[in-house]
Amino acid sequence: MRDVAGEAGGAVKVEAKGFRLYYGEFQALKGLDAAFPDKSITAIIGPSGCGKSTFLRSINRMNDLIEGVRVAGEIVYGGKNIYDPSVDLTWLRSRIGMVFQRPVAFPLSIYDNVACAPRVQGITKKSELDQIVERSLKGVGLWDDVKDDLRKPAGGLSLGNQQKLCIARAISTNPDVILLDEPASALDPMATLRLEDLMWELRENYCLVIVTHNMQQASRASDYTMFMLDGEIVEMGHTRQVFTNPRDPRTERYVTGKLV
Amino acid sequence: MSRKEKFAEIALTVVGLTSVAVLALIIFFIFKEGSPALAHVGLGRFVGGTRWSPGKGQFGILPMIVGSFFVTFGALLTGVPLGLGCALYLSEFAPRKTAAVLKPLVEILAGIPSVVFGFIGLTVIVPLIRDHLGGPGFSVLASAIVLGVMILPTMVSISYDALRAVPQVYREGMLAVGANQWQTVTSVVLPAARPGILAAGILSMGRAVGETMAVIMVAGNATIIPVSFLDPVRTLTSNIALEMGYATGLHRQALFATGIVLFVIIGALNILARAFIRSR
Ligand SMILES: Nc1ncnc2c1ncn2[C@@H]1O[C@H](COP(=O)(O)OP(=O)(O)O)[C@@H](O)[C@H]1O
Ligand SMILES: [Mg+2]
Repeated sequence: MRDVAGEAGGAVKVEAKGFRLYYGEFQALKGLDAAFPDKSITAIIGPSGCGKSTFLRSINRMNDLIEGVRVAGEIVYGGKNIYDPSVDLTWLRSRIGMVFQRPVAFPLSIYDNVACAPRVQGITKKSELDQIVERSLKGVGLWDDVKDDLRKPAGGLSLGNQQKLCIARAISTNPDVILLDEPASALDPMATLRLEDLMWELRENYCLVIVTHNMQQASRASDYTMFMLDGEIVEMGHTRQVFTNPRDPRTERYVTGKLV
Repeated sequence: MSRKEKFAEIALTVVGLTSVAVLALIIFFIFKEGSPALAHVGLGRFVGGTRWSPGKGQFGILPMIVGSFFVTFGALLTGVPLGLGCALYLSEFAPRKTAAVLKPLVEILAGIPSVVFGFIGLTVIVPLIRDHLGGPGFSVLASAIVLGVMILPTMVSISYDALRAVPQVYREGMLAVGANQWQTVTSVVLPAARPGILAAGILSMGRAVGETMAVIMVAGNATIIPVSFLDPVRTLTSNIALEMGYATGLHRQALFATGIVLFVIIGALNILARAFIRSR
């Protein structure tokens, strides 16, 4: 790893060490080393199929659900390899939240869309849940819009607000890390900008990792950028450096749009 | 439009109208044959009367109405949880290959003639109840168990389809906040599949109300109002099937009137159930 940790942002929150992943015989990730610092945004860019989603989903073990997946190497969080058998998945996923490409608004009320996450952690007291829901919705700037409609179905919200609702759900368990997989790809340009503003606010308190295939978004809305190609990390560094003064010719070709 | 298409359109319209017309004819026929009895006995005494003995000119079908209700309710009580549980297992927990084998097996149940279910009920369940719980064995309970099994294919296969239709992203989204599989099912999958599961329940109910042969074989068919689950009962459909072969005159008309009541009850249940689903 290059000089990533410790400049902008805080201490390293998550670190991959020689991480490899296989879908059956196919090796999707070929030994990744990367560090994600606290209170910063790291963008993962790269052409379609290079393994961005796979890597992101490895960080809260969502790939465990897929049959035939094998991993090797380590991803360290909280001083532990998260693939260690002693790691409790419920705990891990409450500490490392995930937001998907299309907003996953459950067919439940706005309230329950957030409250379902703390309930999984064993919180059942109504007053406590009320507080968490309010804090989480305030955290994503949705509270004033929906505070009178908490019992209404979440499907009635605009896509942009549905995505914010999903982020509210992700932060409701007080995580350290939030993973976002192309969170704006279903949104219109205005909603995308509002989402970027929100991420910039969340950056004060969380370690954010975002997959994007939008170069402008990566360059204006991240501290660090990681460029992947064919399951490998080609280059990782400060976003400005990666975009203006890339070390690797392949990075240069990609960020200038000559490699897709 | 080509001539071929025009022809197909006309043919389909005719077929569609025919089925509607047949249905209308059946309804008309039942009402025409049954309404004289209703007029003669009086609607109140027919529906509210507790004694059915055609020989003495007594035509009260309350025991059969209560009987149909008990038997249907009992069948839902046994068949719905079992069927839903089975659908949940196949859809959410069983390995794909297991589900691919088991689901067709459950659906084969639908193809077994109802007299076979009745026969098994008669030779296995009725003696079991008689020996272990008391009473004649022919009972509400025996009917509920036999019908409960008979509605399984409907319940399982429609709920299974409803569960499979829940988008995978809902499951992923719930697992991503740390839920285990069971929590995922109860907090997101079941609520999302609820309309389909309710529909499965309604169709099962229709099947249970209408089933006749198997019930006749295990229910005992006494025309009394059952007060316990071990008492024998007669349902509305059984009443018609048992006596239609020899009934004449007013007796025959009273059986058609039983059909009218059955028709109204099933219609009302459907409307209620649909309203219930929509209100959710
Ligand atoms: N469930 C899976 N089974 C097998 N191969 C997969 C699966 N998911 C992704 N892959 C493969 O892994 C590679 C990386 O995919 P992915 O991480 O989705 O890429 P990206 O998000 O960068 O577009 C691709 O070649 C893809 O075909
Ligand atoms: Mg992807």
